[in-house]
Amino acid sequence: MRYLPLAEADRQEMLSAVGAASIDELFVDVPEAARLRDKIRGLPDHLSEMAVERELARLSRRNLVAGDVPFFLGCGAYRHHIPASVDHLIQRGEFLTSYTPYQPEIAQGTLQALFEFQTQVARLYGCDVANASMYDGSTACWEAIGMARRITRRGKAILSGGLHPHYVSVARTMARFTGDVLDTRVPELTAETDTPSLIEAIDDDTSCVVVQYPDILGRIGDLGALAEACHAKKALLIAVVTEPVALGAIRSPGEMGADIVVGEGQSIGVGLQFGGPYVGLFACSETLVRQMPGRLTGQTVDAEGKRGFVLTLSTREQHIRREKATSNICTSSVLCALAWTAHMTLLGEKGLRQLAMLNHARAVAAAERLAKVAGVTLVNHSFFNEFTLKLPKEARPAVRAMVDKGVLGGVSLGRLYPEATGLQNGLVVAVTETVTDEDVEALATALEEVLA
Amino acid sequence: MTINQSGWRPTAPEAGAMSGGTYTGNRALMLEEALLFEIGDTETTGVDFEDPGSPAKGPHQSITLMGPKAGAQPGADTGPRPSPGSRLGGLERNRAIGLAGLSEPEAVRHYTRLSRQNYAIDLGLFPLGSCTMKHNPRLNEKVARMPGFADIHPLQPADTVQGALELIHRLAGWLVELTGMHSVAMSPKAGAHGELCGLLAIRSALEARGDAREVILVPESAHGTNPATAAFAGYRVENIPATARGRVDLDALKARLGPDVAAVMITNPNTCGLFEPDMVEISRAVHEAGGLVYCDGANFNAIVGRVRPGDLGIDAMHINLHKTFSTPHGGGGPGSGPVVFSEALTPFAPLPFVEKQGDDYALVEEETAGEHHGSSFGRMVAFHGQMGMFTRALAYIMSHGADGLRQVSEDAVLNANYVLRRLDDLLDAPFGHSGPCMHEALFSDKGFAGGLTTLDLAKGLIDEGFHPMTMYFPLVVHGAMLIEPTETESKAALDQFIGAMRSVAERAKAGDQSLKAAPVHAPRRRLDETAAARKPVLVWKEREQAEAAE
Repeated sequence: MRYLPLAEADRQEMLSAVGAASIDELFVDVPEAARLRDKIRGLPDHLSEMAVERELARLSRRNLVAGDVPFFLGCGAYRHHIPASVDHLIQRGEFLTSYTPYQPEIAQGTLQALFEFQTQVARLYGCDVANASMYDGSTACWEAIGMARRITRRGKAILSGGLHPHYVSVARTMARFTGDVLDTRVPELTAETDTPSLIEAIDDDTSCVVVQYPDILGRIGDLGALAEACHAKKALLIAVVTEPVALGAIRSPGEMGADIVVGEGQSIGVGLQFGGPYVGLFACSETLVRQMPGRLTGQTVDAEGKRGFVLTLSTREQHIRREKATSNICTSSVLCALAWTAHMTLLGEKGLRQLAMLNHARAVAAAERLAKVAGVTLVNHSFFNEFTLKLPKEARPAVRAMVDKGVLGGVSLGRLYPEATGLQNGLVVAVTETVTDEDVEALATALEEVLA
Repeated sequence: MTINQSGWRPTAPEAGAMSGGTYTGNRALMLEEALLFEIGDTETTGVDFEDPGSPAKGPHQSITLMGPKAGAQPGADTGPRPSPGSRLGGLERNRAIGLAGLSEPEAVRHYTRLSRQNYAIDLGLFPLGSCTMKHNPRLNEKVARMPGFADIHPLQPADTVQGALELIHRLAGWLVELTGMHSVAMSPKAGAHGELCGLLAIRSALEARGDAREVILVPESAHGTNPATAAFAGYRVENIPATARGRVDLDALKARLGPDVAAVMITNPNTCGLFEPDMVEISRAVHEAGGLVYCDGANFNAIVGRVRPGDLGIDAMHINLHKTFSTPHGGGGPGSGPVVFSEALTPFAPLPFVEKQGDDYALVEEETAGEHHGSSFGRMVAFHGQMGMFTRALAYIMSHGADGLRQVSEDAVLNANYVLRRLDDLLDAPFGHSGPCMHEALFSDKGFAGGLTTLDLAKGLIDEGFHPMTMYFPLVVHGAMLIEPTETESKAALDQFIGAMRSVAERAKAGDQSLKAAPVHAPRRRLDETAAARKPVLVWKEREQAEAAE
């Protein structure tokens, strides 16, 4: 057994050192009836490294790999190029096989990287401070709603129809148990966001308004008026960003007045991975920091006065506060945060803005081309790298049919909103820097054929 | 004989030579590294891009780069901007972000230098109790990176991801068999998220019965996530007392049970490293009183292959794939916390999950849940869980097999008992008299002299080249030191660790004040955590801004 260093002679020597005649004596506290006498039946025995690799490679080949076909899926997970050095760096054993930095003297590598990560996230979002990551965007979104409840002591959250339906679904699940009231809505296939109806819905019981930017259909709405309307009623504006690359091209939610900005970081440094692990980003204004969930890294000095970093403000957290904690979260997503910060460092301001403009340029060209397909109209006036097409028939079977033509052509709104009859013809198309002109042409051709 | 005229001689230490400071602050292989924002700037990038305006790449001429300009701080305008051809809704970024960049060689060096300031399992024994820091096989990393797993989108049509769904289904099958339970929810993102999953299922089941009840009983030794999770699920938390043997006081528990108790949350093996021998009886009593049993499975590594929680009457238990099944901790996540359920709780399990339908694998989401899973309490997370952890965990499980996993728990328990018995003559083991421990050995600070504490011993251990054990947890033992060596340590590694522990413990018991200064050989001396919390500095600021904030 290649992962177990004890030899049989070691085991015998150690058993006699502890005064046990057999290993069974060490399991004496397990009730007789629950003690398994032998290995569990019906499960296979150990395999060599080669055999495991062969079998799992076989399973992996039963999937259609995004990079092998023209690929246009987004809706909360985006395919971007990740520099090779990012994956190398996160596989350094000192990062990969370390633990939460409870002993800061021997964890400065993780801590400094997290401090840099917090700074990058805060700046990208246009906020004062950010935490050291959450599980993912959807859980970060729910945590923000809970934070708004604690701050405002109100229990009604208004969720934009443009918010990712999975994020809405998570909030709905959690709200059932916390007693929060959620005012939710389904998006409409129109060019404009639902900001006016959100503003209208804000009242004295409202803890927060949650709005996605750009939204699930790819639309970009100005948050300024919404922030003002929230603040006039002493409610908080929570902005959710599922595509962080967009903020290289458009204004940050923080500078438009959002109080809490959360989102999915996956686009930067973290691959698609069939949905996880991803990395939740969470930022807010400095005045709210003590109500923030999750781990925080702070700067300090050591006994010799040298700068160093530690986990801080842990009196918010479960291991100190127990049932009074701001959240039950313990583990965060540090290795993904490391990938994120390393990729962002390689990009820098200049690279991020170039990447953003490249995405936007590709998306504009693709939208223009696809809008020429007979019967297809472009729903959006504004978009970054993702837009919604209205097809002359249901999009879900069209997506299915395009797979047979070797094209992963987007996400049908029917997949996300199976019950919303008005959305079934919607197709959300994401176009990143990884998409070539040939890919766009392949999609246009496939669409023409399946719609014919 | 020719004489070497270069002046070369083999090195020999000069008697009486003292090491002084260095110009750089570096000490040979111990290299200092400045912050990214001090060495990078907004004009540098380590990534090359194609020009978006390039005609070779299609009709993108309408968008042009305005050319980068200087400006390091948020507020100053800089960087490329779109022309009027853009479709950004008039919200073009008009302020700099303030993101520092590095060229690729600089970036690689920055993070490589930082990595060397970390302790890690790859470097040595990492005996954090209840954290299960075991070897992370690199096969797992290789499998997770196979394009068929790493480069697929969660919303691809199901027939394009049959291999991924089969992998999830297969891992789920292993987890159900290993725990002797009825079903498993794969989507929770970490242990605490799994706890939440379990308690929401319990609450849903009780609500379906017409009474959610009010109280959850939790032992005092429990991990802090237990009470935090119970509170989130809308329950009041009450403590269960422990016996002098470090176990749940069965009589006190039975006396407290009643129609208001929704569930008990019990960690088994518990955080004192002990198996709860009354677990079957506890489950029976709780069920008789109409409650349910949640087991915190953080310590499953001690019993995998030897005990099935399902045989103990448990209704729900999370499994930390990043503990028992060796997916890397990565400096604090990502984790993965699947939850196994009894038959009673299965109908309430969260969405989504994978089902085998004929020869195909289907993803059951909100849309199709109504047909067979109408009682599900709903979705906990976007998409389908931690696929990248599932691939790693399955590679590990297949590598060990049924025979190897049983050996895992046996070796983990043997290693912990070896540490316990080689140290309990010197250090106080509060429950050592009550019999063997499971996968971790617990000591207290009893007998330390001269004001020395568990913290001092831990920092002394750092100088000896080890990561310290879990300190001050569980809360039920004064100055607790919880040591979990795991099964992936050799006897030689344990003997060296035990030698170091004995040396530092003897210093603590002798009141050796030099321990107060430890660590002296780490990249940093003790850090001022009080100052960090009193005046939090959570992001880097340019000097002018930092001074203005004073």
